[in-house]
Amino acid sequence: METARRLEPVEINVNMGPQHPSTHGVFRMVLWVDGERIVQVEPYIGYLHRGTEKLCEGELYPQIITLFDRLDYLANFNNELCFCMAAEKLMGLEVPERAQYVRVVLCELNRVASHLMFYGALGLDAGAMTPVMYAFREREHIQRAFEAVSGARMMHNYFRIGGLKEDVPAGFKEMVRDLLPGLEQGISECDRLLSLNEAFLARTRGVGAISAQEAVEYALSGPMLRAAGVPYDLRAVEPYSLYDRFDFDIPVGTQGDCWDRYMVRVEEMRQSLRIVRQALEQMPDEGPVMAAGVRRMPRPPKGESYMRTENPRGEFGVYLVSDGSERPYRVKIRAPSFASVQALPRLLRDCYVADCVVVLGSLDIVLGDVDR
Amino acid sequence: MAAALVISALGLLGLVAFITALVAGGLAALAAVGGLLAMFVFLAAVVLSLVWLERKYLGRLQMRMGPMRVGPFGLLQPVADAAKLVLKEDVTPAWVDRWLFWTAPLLLFLPSYLLWVAVPFGPGLVLRDLDLGLLYIVALSVVGIVGILMAGWGSANKYGMLGSLRSAAQLVSYEVPVIIVALTVAMMAGSLNLSQIVEAQRPVPYAVVQPLALFLFLLAGLAEVGRTPFDIYHAESEVMGGPYVEYSGAHWAVFYLAEYVNTFLVAVMVTLLFLGGWKGPGLPPVLWFLLKAYLVVGFIFWFRGTFPRLRIDQLMALGWKALVPLSFVNLVLTSIYLFYGWPWWGMSLISLAILAALGYGIHRQAAARKPAITLVPAVEVRSAR
Repeated sequence: METARRLEPVEINVNMGPQHPSTHGVFRMVLWVDGERIVQVEPYIGYLHRGTEKLCEGELYPQIITLFDRLDYLANFNNELCFCMAAEKLMGLEVPERAQYVRVVLCELNRVASHLMFYGALGLDAGAMTPVMYAFREREHIQRAFEAVSGARMMHNYFRIGGLKEDVPAGFKEMVRDLLPGLEQGISECDRLLSLNEAFLARTRGVGAISAQEAVEYALSGPMLRAAGVPYDLRAVEPYSLYDRFDFDIPVGTQGDCWDRYMVRVEEMRQSLRIVRQALEQMPDEGPVMAAGVRRMPRPPKGESYMRTENPRGEFGVYLVSDGSERPYRVKIRAPSFASVQALPRLLRDCYVADCVVVLGSLDIVLGDVDR
Repeated sequence: MAAALVISALGLLGLVAFITALVAGGLAALAAVGGLLAMFVFLAAVVLSLVWLERKYLGRLQMRMGPMRVGPFGLLQPVADAAKLVLKEDVTPAWVDRWLFWTAPLLLFLPSYLLWVAVPFGPGLVLRDLDLGLLYIVALSVVGIVGILMAGWGSANKYGMLGSLRSAAQLVSYEVPVIIVALTVAMMAGSLNLSQIVEAQRPVPYAVVQPLALFLFLLAGLAEVGRTPFDIYHAESEVMGGPYVEYSGAHWAVFYLAEYVNTFLVAVMVTLLFLGGWKGPGLPPVLWFLLKAYLVVGFIFWFRGTFPRLRIDQLMALGWKALVPLSFVNLVLTSIYLFYGWPWWGMSLISLAILAALGYGIHRQAAARKPAITLVPAVEVRSAR
């Protein structure tokens, strides 16, 4: 008998991205697959690297706020807040209450908008095309409110070191208050549409699970960490701004799988709206929105400060070193998405190719945040 | 250019067939060619209507208007789409296996078109009333898989290959329950002739007698044509169109055409085998037939607007662990029912009981592992620190 040519199974490597529709931006993964099984994943980042940290060293303080808008472009207000607070900490500024409340309202609304985006994108990744439409309907209301306040839908450039660029437009309170019931109903609709759908559960339950211990070791934060069962939320653990004045719950998952990460975010939207409601009630109707005695071109005293805030994607940190001039000496940004991406190979262990997009979707990364 | 080539080739083929028919001199042959052409025109019209219907229906499900601009209610949108696709540049990547790449669309489309020879639209309204019509359709519908495999392999793209391997696994596995359920229906009717199967649905359609079989057939049929939630082999978010990833222009349009023709075929088969075909009071038979078929199509589109897609292993598990055994159980039960000559409602009761038990089982299982998250008040966390 002649020796037949032996056919051996081979692992093929599939290049996913940077132009794949499910990589949420310019992100590239190289998958080694054995049939439908993933053997190894290698994430490649840097396609959206703009050198923000270096750029900051050459810009004036007010100009840097625009750069922070462009980091995590789904949570602009949250980014602005963190940078402004880092500078305020260094300068020892006392921000007026009204400005603080406006900041909290806008940041929490931005968190809802960001999570709605996540909700729609995860639905698309799992193959459901309807959820994204419902999510975007709600998100649109929030975007309009942002536009009314700052004049821009995304790159707001509205917070300032020491307060706000200007007071909110007249009727801001009523506008946001009228928004809330619709948003709450919309979020419930989204919840009912997808959360307990059998096919969605099959795709997300038990997929890409990570234990609390490992989540901590991978420096995951935000919803990723809470889904793994750690009730860690900077708004409660280390209340900044006015967050110690609000009553809210921290949603915590049990298994740390994709479904938990999804559900934690859905619940967070509700909690954010709770905070917005309380903030609107407590907010003074009158008052300054800018701390007294802040120069147009602030010059923080020589020194350094670190500020961290709870962004929709997790712990966002700014390390600011000032040499006393009108430009910072060094700015280091701790980006939550960056930490999430490094856990990707671990999360995709023993997964199928189809899980790859769902797990990546459940990380909710923003490439502007990963690459900076 | 390529589009023009394909069209002129088709035209040439038609001309050759026409001349052959003339030379043969058989009036019957002429009629057959005419019938095939008429069927093509009809199917093209059906596909255009389905495209419009799907976009409009999905739009409404998603709080959108759907197409509105071209023609009244966007009715001419599919025509515009088709014109655009045919006029587009047909890109052929340099590294493809040209022979496979070019023939794959035709190999997918031709079987799905030739199937319709045996499909009756009304009493006597059929191109060839084959006595083995059901067998012919089931047999020919498998051939299309070769086209998909050739497309995936020929385009020399990893996504294409992943997609076509998925499709081979999926379509072959789901062919089993489809055939067994079709066999069950053929046993009930005592014939493989589709016209006779429709006539045999007296006093009630088989949907009432065999709800379980209808359920199985619809699910397996969805998987056969790769519609949501089984649109795994051309999943946009995973393999970006799978076997079709390298195709564009007219070639892609041929795939698209075949997909929609196949979707309509599933609806038509459900209509013929379970919904009593063209039978119904008042309206003309053909109208009843189309009404029922479009109703089933609407159901399929509804699925698409609601469900995420399953994963390939879950799909295979569903096929081999649920649909295949269930269809066998149904086959055995039906033969017992036929052997003892029970009244028809006996069979429907058994069938319904199995369906209800299934539903209850799934519900209980789902309720038992209903996931939830816990809420920790922020105050507790704050005070703990």
